[in-house]
Amino acid sequence: MPLADYKQYVAMDRLPSIWCPGCGNGVALKALALALAESEIPPDKTLLANGIGCSGRVGDYVRCHRFHGTHGRTLAFVTGIKLVRPEIKAVCLLGDGDCSAIGMSHFIHSARRNVDIVTIVINNFNYGMTGGQFSPLSPYNMITSTSRSGKAEPDIDMCKLADVAGANYVSRTTIYHVAEMKNYIKESLGKKGFSLVEIVSPCPTYYARYNKIGTIIQQLEWLKEKFIPIERYNEMNNDEKENFFWRGILINRDLPDLYQHMHKGVEVRKR
Amino acid sequence: MNKKVGIEVSLAAADAVKMANVDLIAAYPITPQTHIVEHLSELVANGELDAEFIPVESEHSALSVCIGSAAVGARTFTCTSSQGLALMNEIIFIASSMRLPIVLILANRSLSGPLSIWNDHTDVMSIRDSGWVQVFVENGQEVFDHVFFAFRVAEDPKVSLPVIVNLDGFILTHVIEPIEYWDQESVNKYLPDFKPVSTLNPDAPVTMGAFGMPGIYTEAKKAQDEALINSKPEIIKAWKEMGEVIGRRYSPVETNNIEGAETVFLTMGSVGETVSIAVERLRAQGEPVGQVKLRLWRPFPVEEFREAVRNVKRIIVIDRAVSFGGQGGPVAAEIRSVLYDEENRPSVTNFICGLAGRDVTPDNYIDMYEKSLKDGDKSKEEDYVIYGVRE
Ligand SMILES: Cc1ncc(C[n+]2csc(CCOP(=O)(O)OP(=O)(O)O)c2C)c(N)n1
Ligand code: SF4
Ligand SMILES: [Mg+2]
Repeated sequence: MPLADYKQYVAMDRLPSIWCPGCGNGVALKALALALAESEIPPDKTLLANGIGCSGRVGDYVRCHRFHGTHGRTLAFVTGIKLVRPEIKAVCLLGDGDCSAIGMSHFIHSARRNVDIVTIVINNFNYGMTGGQFSPLSPYNMITSTSRSGKAEPDIDMCKLADVAGANYVSRTTIYHVAEMKNYIKESLGKKGFSLVEIVSPCPTYYARYNKIGTIIQQLEWLKEKFIPIERYNEMNNDEKENFFWRGILINRDLPDLYQHMHKGVEVRKR
Repeated sequence: MNKKVGIEVSLAAADAVKMANVDLIAAYPITPQTHIVEHLSELVANGELDAEFIPVESEHSALSVCIGSAAVGARTFTCTSSQGLALMNEIIFIASSMRLPIVLILANRSLSGPLSIWNDHTDVMSIRDSGWVQVFVENGQEVFDHVFFAFRVAEDPKVSLPVIVNLDGFILTHVIEPIEYWDQESVNKYLPDFKPVSTLNPDAPVTMGAFGMPGIYTEAKKAQDEALINSKPEIIKAWKEMGEVIGRRYSPVETNNIEGAETVFLTMGSVGETVSIAVERLRAQGEPVGQVKLRLWRPFPVEEFREAVRNVKRIIVIDRAVSFGGQGGPVAAEIRSVLYDEENRPSVTNFICGLAGRDVTPDNYIDMYEKSLKDGDKSKEEDYVIYGVRE
């Protein structure tokens, strides 16, 4: 399929988007559209379900089935959809707040059940939509509109969480690493069971401004320098690790998904 | 001396919470509540307010944390809107049944779906029957005053119930108004230290949230109903004493241009000010129109309301929520029921309007008035009209 075909997944007539200049959401949207085009999954066999947040507005710019529910519950809605329509390719696009705060339980249980969903988390380290408050993924000590003198709570690694919960595929990359991002999404589209692609993304309006990360160029450079391949990261000692984050593929396995578990030994009724 | 400050209403509300010397704030962000909580976080961060501030992972958790905090005797505050209140729903009922004096500012916003961040009263109407004291304010000054009022009523040992202050989202939360700040001395005088009726305390053990078998559940609910009804005299007292401290007088039902009024508008919240413009204009044209404002929504001020409309022929109830499949908006249905036993009861016309921030202007209210007088108009023939629907 020619590269340009990614446009069939994008509502080009609705652009320009509502996002702030420099926001990473549009870059992730294009990577998703490219991955869908290269995987040759037709729009009418694709569902994009999104959370509530700036990242959730990706759903406004796609051309495929689309579901927009409430903050935090997307994975639960889509569990229902997938049980009845297992043939549809379901992509859930969630913000860090949506999936790690209010929707944390659905995230853990969807991974534990290994529901056949591609989950893309756009992690901009804060609740962009509501004005830059900290999320469970904002790193310790960072400044946000609810942590003026530094976040007092530890953060959590959603990738490791998805691993222990039982997901089939877990990876992390950034908005800077465009080709890698598209490849990880494409890889996860080819899997059965629960896949997670965490995409670290700049929020120039709040997170980067509060933490003085600089221009959008400097923010991208920050992503480039701070997010290092997992192999290199694993060789570091704990002190060195303090200054970096890993990116790469953490898990790639083929455990049976929820649908297979539920219909083991039972002939699937034709719908 | 009380000083007047030009300030965003949300920031003033947060300043009032600070001046009330709150002990714990737990919240989850949601538009249009965010500025209140963000400002509190700032006040805690820069040392101006010595309180625990915990931005938790959801509203369900926020109110749950508040329950724990109030249960051990701390002055407790939370703030939400719309979907946030909906998610709190389970815990809302726990707070009132445990008689825990939590104060919640609700920046009123419509409920999904469709998704909307704008103002109406569909959120609060969903918890009408939850046992919380519920008041409405019309402007920034009123919310500032009602923060102190809310803590005072909630923590009054004769009340000991959670209180919601309804503040219209955006229309009030995001505007800058001149607000007269109380001095700290007046606050301290008006709002005594919190002495809880019962707390979790190792020296005097109590159980909170015990099982209620059929043999006791009915009695527990009767007690809860009485507690809310009996809070009214304390609420009135709290308003009266506020008048003595700061000179502004509030009451459960307030009137405007009521003398000689044959028709009155009934309003709650900020639309009261818009309607008052329409009323003035109609009066200038010689129309016998007035206005009744419900400040206290729960417990419903039955006697005060009946008294206020005793000589009125017609009430135009402005509802800002739909009661799907019901006989009118939630306010009108209640008003009809309150008037049922009255001799010479006025007729009730019900307009549901201003949903999700749809602008309703003084001209629109004048139009509603004219419609309500016209024989054969839809508003006369039907229990309610959803106003301004494009067909
Ligand atoms: C029950 C409920 N509580 C709060 C909100 C308000 N809200 C909307 S988006 C959002 C957070 C968004 O953060 P994130 O998921 O990280 O998305 P981002 O905007 O950063 O892309 C919140 C708290 C809501 N919509 N529903
Ligand atoms: S607030 Fe942040 S996340 Fe939201 S659109 Fe702007 S830059 Fe993007
Ligand atoms: Mg985010």
